[in-house]
Amino acid sequence: MNGTLRFIDEFRDPALAENLFAEIAVTAARIAAGRDRPVTIMEVCGGHTHTIFRYALEARMPETIQFAHGPGCPVCVLPRGRVDDAIAIARHKEVIFTTFGDAMRVPGAQGSLIQARAAGADIRLVYSPLDALALAKANPDREVVFFALGFETTMPSTALTILRAARSNIKNFSLLCHHITIIPTLRALLEQPDFPVDGFIGPGHVAMVIGTRPFQFLPEEFGQPLVVSGFEPLDILQSLLMVLRQIETGKPQVENQYRRVVPEDGNKAAMAAVAEVYETRPECEWRGLGTIAESGVRLAPAWEVYDAEKRFDLTLHQAPDPEGCRCNDVLVGRIRPWDCAAFGTICTPENPLGALMVSSEGACAAYYQYQGMKRAG
Amino acid sequence: MNDPIAGIGSGGRVTLAHGGGTAMRDLIERLFLASFHPQGFPVQEDQARFDLAALAGHGDRLAFTTDSFVVEPLEFAGGDIGKLAVCGTLNDLAVGGARPVALSAAFIIEEGLELETLRRIVTSMASQAAAAGVSIVTGDTKVVPRGACDRLFITTTGIGVIAEAHHVSIAAARPGDVILVNGPLGDHGAAILCARGDLALGVSIESDCAPLHDLAATLLAAVPQVRAMRDATRGGLAGVLTELAEASRVAVTIEEKALPLRPEVAGLCEILGLDPLYLANEGKLVAVVPQEAAEVALAALRAHPLGAGAAIIGRVADAGRAGDVTLLNRFGGHRAVTMPAGEQLPRIC
Amino acid sequence: MCLGIPGRVSAVLDEANGLVEVEVSGVRRAVDAVCVADPDAPLSALIGTWVLVHVGFAMSRIDEAEAMNTLRLLAEIGELDAEVSAMQGMETRA
Repeated sequence: MNGTLRFIDEFRDPALAENLFAEIAVTAARIAAGRDRPVTIMEVCGGHTHTIFRYALEARMPETIQFAHGPGCPVCVLPRGRVDDAIAIARHKEVIFTTFGDAMRVPGAQGSLIQARAAGADIRLVYSPLDALALAKANPDREVVFFALGFETTMPSTALTILRAARSNIKNFSLLCHHITIIPTLRALLEQPDFPVDGFIGPGHVAMVIGTRPFQFLPEEFGQPLVVSGFEPLDILQSLLMVLRQIETGKPQVENQYRRVVPEDGNKAAMAAVAEVYETRPECEWRGLGTIAESGVRLAPAWEVYDAEKRFDLTLHQAPDPEGCRCNDVLVGRIRPWDCAAFGTICTPENPLGALMVSSEGACAAYYQYQGMKRAG
Repeated sequence: MNDPIAGIGSGGRVTLAHGGGTAMRDLIERLFLASFHPQGFPVQEDQARFDLAALAGHGDRLAFTTDSFVVEPLEFAGGDIGKLAVCGTLNDLAVGGARPVALSAAFIIEEGLELETLRRIVTSMASQAAAAGVSIVTGDTKVVPRGACDRLFITTTGIGVIAEAHHVSIAAARPGDVILVNGPLGDHGAAILCARGDLALGVSIESDCAPLHDLAATLLAAVPQVRAMRDATRGGLAGVLTELAEASRVAVTIEEKALPLRPEVAGLCEILGLDPLYLANEGKLVAVVPQEAAEVALAALRAHPLGAGAAIIGRVADAGRAGDVTLLNRFGGHRAVTMPAGEQLPRIC
Repeated sequence: MCLGIPGRVSAVLDEANGLVEVEVSGVRRAVDAVCVADPDAPLSALIGTWVLVHVGFAMSRIDEAEAMNTLRLLAEIGELDAEVSAMQGMETRA
């Protein structure tokens, strides 16, 4: 398609991609000699998953390389009980419930937000938490709640929005907070037995906020290479090549392919806002992964007044993952999506059973959408 | 000149009183009939009557189609619900190879709608119909209580005549055929997303809303053996191509680099994480022609004001599974294009 | 996760509240620039700068020199490939 997007189009150059494909094939062949299984590379960011599928990069990989699509989509890992919480709040007559579009179709035990909207709840899509705050200002007689989702990348935006609400003395605004953190989750993944991954493509936009140092434990404690990567196809291919070269030389480290955006130290102003507004939750529930210690945040006591859980006196819903769902095995790379009996049968994008079919960033939805059922057949 | 709608409403708005009696007669006579003034059709009858022999002189089949229109907001850059309602039905006739003859229009109006807004919309319908050389010959108006509809819903129905020579069908595509589109994709969907304002994006994208009957006739005149035509509306290009592949029992391949797209629409799609293949259009003709006629078809489209941005975007594959639509990207990879599942939602992840 | 788009700062909207206008391919949007602004300079210093925007917040200034470096590295991979295939070609002929 013929757009002209600076810092995007340059990194979609097909000729340069051909060179990378060739170099990746040669490097992978060298590594594969003497191994009895493919080199498995995991990306832990839904944006990377999306690019891999949108550009069909997997189809151009040699058989010696396999992608494992990790738990990097905050919408996919949103537990069912949390969706039920959101719906419970949205049903209050005075509430305007605001959310990113991604969360609308995620099924809870009591249905999805899109179904709750059809049943009469005032639920609105916004592009930014700033827009939710603007709605609160424009509707002083309503309670505006924003569903604060996402990883470290998104936390500063909601933290800064809370600081802005306080500064403007806007009181009819609160967050239903389900921010999650990737670092403890990566550790939990790596501690699983038989974890079949040989290296990581690291989440570029998380690193833009927290910097590259928090990823050091991967090479240091687990001997895993990680390359912080941009989101365009050339970024991912170059990062993949960098990971392969680390595997070849046997010297795992954290490298930064996405230097144009990611400073080694991250963004200090953003981190300061996050530290001011949020505190770590002792534990956080993930769809498909269970409970992971210290893997999420909530509003710190000083900001409780903006906490929707407190404001609406919410009793948190508990709803275990549905039966027959093997998302966990897919997430950690033990099986491919089409190895799951539910894939494409009782679990489809229109009626998702498991986390990974929920959003187009989820590995199962991506396979289903972009490759049809061919892989399954 | 007297204001035709002065004194029709109370406070310049449609009220439940317009649902019957003299207020309704005023509204119909002074707004709808005054705007549409169907020539040669007596207005006092309950139905429009057509001379069959005259119709038969233009072809051997009657085309008949209906569609309802709801859009928020009612007016947007490049069009309004009235223009959509006229063009949408003209286009549904045109892609069957029909020459449009007449339209009906039915209005469901929520009480409280500003008469001035209604007048602008009705005027817009009248001028679209007049430009297309068709009359709006019959209609209906209902006023419903607040909350029973969203301001204004319009249903249009159209009839047209198909000439003996033309046999276009969504089921007629054959391996080797070439697929064309008359211009950039997704303008309507993008314009509506921005016009709603809740995403707070500033952009000058106009809806592509346009009547395609003349373009379709031009194409048919240049390439009488056109196999299939469809206007890509809701569901976008992806919707039309998946229907084509299923109905014709063929596999279809399109090339990403050949798809026409405005930079602003590309930018909007990047920001919101949307796929332009699924964005709505209201003035885009997708045509399938035999390979040997492809260049003639392209030249005919490009010579028309509504086809300046026309492009060959793909072909019907010689082999492959019936019903499959595949997008070839610039990296030599391909991905499945599937039937749209529900409304496309902006995403952040 | 975390859709982020490069855009160019085109105007200052609200100095006191740290809001600028960012343009992406003709699409304009109000963006919070607090995380990329220099606290000692007016926001107008950002005009013309490319930033990475996520959900209405500028989260990083794009380093144009680093972008060039990355592209140069990518181009070098191509040159290397060309040399390798040239050598392979010679071997085949030999």
